[in-house]
Amino acid sequence: MILQFGVLFAFLVAGELLVRFTGIPVPSSIIGMVLLCASLKLGIVKLEWVDRLSGFLVHNLGFFFVPAGIGLMNCLGLIADQWVPIVCATVISTVIIIAVTGWVHQLTRSASSKLAHKIAKEGE
Amino acid sequence: MDFLQNKFFLIALTFGFYLAAQLLQRRTGIKLLNPILIAIAGMISFLLLFDIDYDTYKQGGDYIDFWLKPAVVALGVPLYKQLSAIKRQLLPLLLSELAGCVAGIVSVVLLAEIFGATREVVISLAPKAVTTPIAMEISSAMGGIAPLTAAVVVATGIFGGMTGFRIVKMSHIHSPIAEGLSIGTAAHAVGTSAAMERSERYGAFSSIGLTLNGLFTALLAPMILDLLGYSV
Repeated sequence: MILQFGVLFAFLVAGELLVRFTGIPVPSSIIGMVLLCASLKLGIVKLEWVDRLSGFLVHNLGFFFVPAGIGLMNCLGLIADQWVPIVCATVISTVIIIAVTGWVHQLTRSASSKLAHKIAKEGE
Repeated sequence: MDFLQNKFFLIALTFGFYLAAQLLQRRTGIKLLNPILIAIAGMISFLLLFDIDYDTYKQGGDYIDFWLKPAVVALGVPLYKQLSAIKRQLLPLLLSELAGCVAGIVSVVLLAEIFGATREVVISLAPKAVTTPIAMEISSAMGGIAPLTAAVVVATGIFGGMTGFRIVKMSHIHSPIAEGLSIGTAAHAVGTSAAMERSERYGAFSSIGLTLNGLFTALLAPMILDLLGYSV
């Protein structure tokens, strides 16, 4: 288990270092995730080194958001004043994102597989 | 009464609310008993009731918050397991993410304006679809209120996680890939944990959604806000 912690934190540190030295406006954790994925693919890291801890963290991800959510109590006044725009905009926009992303994915995917099919047929 | 401000007690209580809601939700099947939602609501009520301020809670809460970053790194594992599926459809993934990202920022800004939000609230809402570290960074850089952004981000995640599968059904989105992807795009890591409960495959595509939208939002949100008249 210590190995699992060590590997995961090593990638987080790599992300932190990259952000520190390049100044890119992307969080270190996202960079660490991409690096971990790449290292698994390249065989630098073996799946069984990280599988157990990452499984635990990923399946309980929601819990780690609780303290940030409790921060809500610091802006209760602001929310009381403007809850209508905040709630309406957030809810409607979330529905829009889900629909747009899903539709564009389904559309482009069927278009690209048709294209691939056509190319394959012409090649015959 | 001093004991109520003890950080270990506050951490234990957070676990308590979360576990109780999880147990109740499994027993009753009521979606509104979302453990994240109940833990937040329960803790806020408790803190207000006993007049404990957020900074005191944070001394315990930071130990939980700390694991958010390693947990996001851990998402690299399900991502790796789905790499071959991602490679097969790189272009559809990039296009749909780009569309989702732009549609999300533009829609939330315009809607908040229409419903009469003030300038700083509009900016705070703009990055609400992506995970807290990215969203808070964009919000404060553009002149928003970072704690409000964090709260809205978590609320968005809970809403998306609870209703996401119903919304994709109503929008006639059928492929598991598109379903997972759009939930991760709209509701970041909290939506992803809901998708993960359905299956690892949904969860993996959801984590692609949260990653790509995080990247696109970090890069594009300042530009889009600028175009909509919210320059710094």
